[in-house]
Amino acid sequence: MTTETRPPEAAETAARGVHSPGRAAIAQRHLRLDRWWLPQVMTAAGLLLFIGYSTWRAFFGLHTSYAAPYVSPFYSPCLAANCPTMKGGADWALFGSWWQLSPALIVLIFPLGFRLTCYYYRKAYYRSFWSSPPACAVAEPHAKYTGETRLPLILQNVHRYFFYFAIPVAGILTWDAILGFRDAQGRWGHMGLGTLVLLVNIVLIWGYTASCHSCRHIVGGRLRHFSKHPVRYRMWTWVSKLNARHMQLAWASLFSVGLTDLYVYLLASGAFSDPRFF
Amino acid sequence: MSYEATFRVWRGDAEGGELTDFQVEVNDGEVVLDVVHRIQATQAPDLAVRWNCKAGKCGSCSAEINGRPRLMCMTRMSTLPAGETVTITPMRTFPVLRDLVTDVGFNYQKAREIPAFVPPQGVKPGEYRMQQADVNRSQEFRKCIECFLCQDTCHVVRDHEENKPAFAGPRFLMRIAELDMHPLDAAADSGLDRKATAQDEHGLGYCNITKCCTEVCPEGIKITDNALIPLKERAVDRKYDPLVWLGSKIGLRRG
Ligand code: SF4
Ligand code: SF4
Ligand code: FES
Ligand code: FES
Repeated sequence: MTTETRPPEAAETAARGVHSPGRAAIAQRHLRLDRWWLPQVMTAAGLLLFIGYSTWRAFFGLHTSYAAPYVSPFYSPCLAANCPTMKGGADWALFGSWWQLSPALIVLIFPLGFRLTCYYYRKAYYRSFWSSPPACAVAEPHAKYTGETRLPLILQNVHRYFFYFAIPVAGILTWDAILGFRDAQGRWGHMGLGTLVLLVNIVLIWGYTASCHSCRHIVGGRLRHFSKHPVRYRMWTWVSKLNARHMQLAWASLFSVGLTDLYVYLLASGAFSDPRFF
Repeated sequence: MSYEATFRVWRGDAEGGELTDFQVEVNDGEVVLDVVHRIQATQAPDLAVRWNCKAGKCGSCSAEINGRPRLMCMTRMSTLPAGETVTITPMRTFPVLRDLVTDVGFNYQKAREIPAFVPPQGVKPGEYRMQQADVNRSQEFRKCIECFLCQDTCHVVRDHEENKPAFAGPRFLMRIAELDMHPLDAAADSGLDRKATAQDEHGLGYCNITKCCTEVCPEGIKITDNALIPLKERAVDRKYDPLVWLGSKIGLRRG
C-alpha cells in the first residue's frame, strides 16, 4: 500500500518538459525578465476586436452593406437573393431565395478560411489563444502536444486551396473599387473619399494575398533549378520580398477591411455623406 | 569603466543543482562569456563552461541568459539591463552534464537520421557545376554554426520530452529543406522522397510555425520562413495537392 495522496497527474506535471529528469533542475518554468506576454496580449486583443466587429456586421449588416456606389467588402460578392441591388456590382443571386440568413455568411467562409489557415495567423493564434508556446522559452501549459500531425490541425495543409479562392475574391473587390469611380446614379468619372478607402483596401488585400507563403511556393519556390526558369525566378524573388512583410500586410489588410466596412456602414446609415472630389 | 555585477549561475549536475550568486567585476565592452571566465578565474575554478572561438562561430557557448537562449560570447553586457542580476543557466532542453554544459547528443543522433546528399549518376566529383541562382537558398542554411539554440528553444521538444524520438527539430528539418532544394541531389532517383519523409519520418507536422527557432538563431537564418514553411508546402505538393498528383500520374515533370 502506498500513502501517496497526490493525484497521478500532479506527479506527471512536475516531471515534464523543462522539469524532465536529467535536465538542469530549475524550479521556475521560465526565467525571462522582459514583458514576453505583451505581444501575445496585443495580438489577442487585435484579433478579438476584429472577430467581434465582423461577426456583428456579418449577421446584422445587410441593410447597411451598400451605399451607392460603394459596397462593403463583407458583402461582396453577394450570392443570395436578399442582397441589395448593386448597380454593376457582384450581386449574383446564385443561392436563390431560400437563403434567408445574411448573405455575408456565404462568402465570408473564403476569406475566413484563408486567414484561419494562413501561416502567419496560425502563429498568432497558436501563441496568443492556445499558449503553444506562450512565448519563446516560456513553458507551455499543455501536457501533450502533437502539433499539426493529426486531425483537426493537419487540415491546415489545405491553405493552398483557400489561396486559390482568394484570388477571384480579390478580383471582385478590385472591380468594386473600380465601380467606386462613379457617382451614386452610376455615371462614370467621379470620385469620393470612399473611392480612396476602397482603393487602399484593395491594394492591401492584394499585398496580403500575393505575399502568401503558398503563393511564394507556387510561383517559383517549388522549383529546384531557378536558373532554368528565369521568369518564375523573378516572380519568386518579388513575392519573397513581399513575403518578408507578410505579418504587417496581414494586420494592415485586416484593419483596412474592417475600416472599409465601417465607412460604408456610416454612409449607409446616414451618419454622414461621402465627401466627393469630382 | 568597470562596475560590480551580480551573476546568478546554475551549478550542479544531473542529480540536482541550484542557482548560485557571484559578485563579479564587469569592464567596458565585455560579453557575458568574459564575465563567466572571470568567475571561473577568481571564484569558482571548477565552474564547467563550454566555449571555443569567442567569435560566435563555433556554436559551443550556447546557454540561457535571463531565460533567453543565446550565445554567451555574442551577448554584450551593455545590452542587459544595467544594475540587474544576470541569470545564466544551461540549455534546458538537453540533459545537463555539469554546470553550464549539456549533453547535446540528441542533435547528433538527429543529424545521423537525415539521409545524406545523394551524388548524381554519371557526374564525377570535381565535375559538379551549379548556378549561383540555384544555390542561393541553400547557402543561407549553410551559415548554421550548429549552436543548437533553435533546437533548445523549440517548444515541441523543450516542453515535451516524449516528442524527441519523433521530431528532428528545426536545424535538421532545415537540412532536409536544403537537400531538397539542392540542384544536384539525386535522392529522388534513388527512390527517396525527401518531401514525404520530412513529414512521415522526421516530424515536420509537429512544427506549428511559431517561429521561436528564427527568433533565437544567432546567424539570423530565417529558419521558419525559408526552410520550414517551404518544406511544408513541398510536402503538400506530394501528399495533398490533387492537381500535382494528377500531373505526376500523366507524366508531367517539374523543374
Ligand atoms: S517554428 Fe517550428 S521548429 Fe521552429 S521553434 Fe517553432 S515549432 Fe519549433
Ligand atoms: S540554425 Fe541557427 S540556431 Fe539553429 S543550430 Fe544553426 S545557427 Fe544555431
Ligand atoms: S495568407 Fe498567410 S501564408 Fe498564405
Ligand atoms: S565561443 Fe564559439 S560561438 Fe561562442
